Amino acid sequence: MHKLEFRPFDIEAIRKDFPIFATTPPLAFLDNAASTQTPRPVVEAMDAYYDTYRSNIHRGIYRISEEATEQYERAREKVAQLINAPRSRQVIFTRNTTESINLVAYSWGSTNIGEGDEIVLTTMEHHSNLVPWQLLAQRTGARLRFLEITDEGLLDFTQLRDLLTEKTKLVAIGHVSNVLGTINPIQSIIEAAHAVDAKVIVDAAQSVPHFQVDVQQLDCDFLAFSGHKMCGPTGIGVLYGKSELLEEMPPFLGGGSMIRSVERDVSSYAELPAKFEAGTPSIAEAIGLGYTVDYITQANLAAIHVHEQELLKYAHQRLEQIEGITLYGPAPHQKTGVISFNMEGIHPHDVAGILDTHGVAVRAGHHCAQPLMKRLDVIATVRASFYLYNTIEDVDRLYEGLCRAQKLMTRRKIV
Amino acid sequence: MNIYQEELLDHYENPSNYGTLPRCTISHEEDNPLCGDQIRLDLIVEDDIITKVRFSGHGCTISIASASMLTEEIQGKSLTEVKKLSRDDILDMIGIPLGPVRIKCALLALKVLKVGAYGIKGWPGEENE
Ligand SMILES: Cc1ncc(COP(=O)(O)O)c(C=O)c1O
Repeated sequence: MHKLEFRPFDIEAIRKDFPIFATTPPLAFLDNAASTQTPRPVVEAMDAYYDTYRSNIHRGIYRISEEATEQYERAREKVAQLINAPRSRQVIFTRNTTESINLVAYSWGSTNIGEGDEIVLTTMEHHSNLVPWQLLAQRTGARLRFLEITDEGLLDFTQLRDLLTEKTKLVAIGHVSNVLGTINPIQSIIEAAHAVDAKVIVDAAQSVPHFQVDVQQLDCDFLAFSGHKMCGPTGIGVLYGKSELLEEMPPFLGGGSMIRSVERDVSSYAELPAKFEAGTPSIAEAIGLGYTVDYITQANLAAIHVHEQELLKYAHQRLEQIEGITLYGPAPHQKTGVISFNMEGIHPHDVAGILDTHGVAVRAGHHCAQPLMKRLDVIATVRASFYLYNTIEDVDRLYEGLCRAQKLMTRRKIV
Repeated sequence: MNIYQEELLDHYENPSNYGTLPRCTISHEEDNPLCGDQIRLDLIVEDDIITKVRFSGHGCTISIASASMLTEEIQGKSLTEVKKLSRDDILDMIGIPLGPVRIKCALLALKVLKVGAYGIKGWPGEENE
């Protein structure tokens, strides 16, 4: 696949695609790592399905059902192109990243993981790339091992050699940390894992939306992401897998659509991708995801990355001026548009609450990454996260809101 | 109305009954898994009367202020009477509208009391009794 050329985009035009930004008072939406806004073209594509060809897929022998099937399958092709999957049948539609990872944990895990086997994770995993492996380990007697992070919030590679052994069957790793924004050098981890014959699943929930991810170049075995973090609808996610693995894996959920033929006691299963898409899927959302891929491809992922970098560098500059602030994670050039911080003496909830009264939406909490919170020795952090439609003014608004929080709260004694 | 109004901030700044009671009748602690806030209540109960109460822990303005207000409310009352305190009573004390996430902050102290003193599990207002 050719590298995307950098082409700066017209931020004003982009913002017009998102009616939420036309509201007054203005909203600085800085919780994009949790979920993003959805542009008109995507909403309109889903409306068109509901208004003009609403029907089930893969079954109806009538025109609008055929159209729905075509649109649904076209969405799969667009997603395959986005991540450079060799074949679109390697793209399985799920509800979200969490379901994609659980699919692998149950299906692949049930036939490939046994007692004494080891699964390697990192301390910065989102709970959705941790709890499914805990459950698998509990079912099978496998053991979880963790690659630790340095104080700067980077993976500690000095340990990797000791962690990866002939016992390692799987490495489950986040491409980008949802708390720190750290972009992990997963290519070299994948190579090292393959050298000991371990498979690798990449949690790409925070990478696919923000820069170009190429599954063939990475040579990952599985990759999971969600539509709702890349300007798409909720309720639709993706699992990519290598063909030979997906072919061998037993089904995850059983039911309609995933079968070839069904007898009383046994069934044979459909080919990929249907084998893993039991029941009526999120049709409108899948179609919406296809248009989402068009949208971010047209906006240009390389330009989105550069834009986020500008916002991030500016945010670092401004926030570092605030007295008593602690920023977590590495320098801007090592991460995506995520900035996690705490203000001395002010509870993260209060920071977020005061920012809300100032028209700034951020997240405060453990961000579904409690082991990482423990490693950072904090209970929670405040997190601002950017996407293509954010502006320098949003960062200024964040800065002003933080100054306001400080004024309001720092005369207060903290118990 | 703004969450960060004076009365709540005053409770946060100068909470009533903050501390611990080394020799107490009831001591219980709970946390809010959403944000890690932690509240502990220590009570001395004599003949069903709460003669002394202290709270400790850490949390945001809402959880500290509501704990402070709760201790003022229950001091000197009977356990039987206090059992009736409901989610709505606490929200009335706070006196400002709260979203679903912040409501949990407001109810944390009451939850500690309900679990610790009566064994009533779950968030106040959502218990399956
Ligand atoms: C790194 C990472 N992994 C997994 C998830 C889970 O995504 P979802 O809730 O869409 O399944 C998220 C988002 O919350 C995330 O940031």
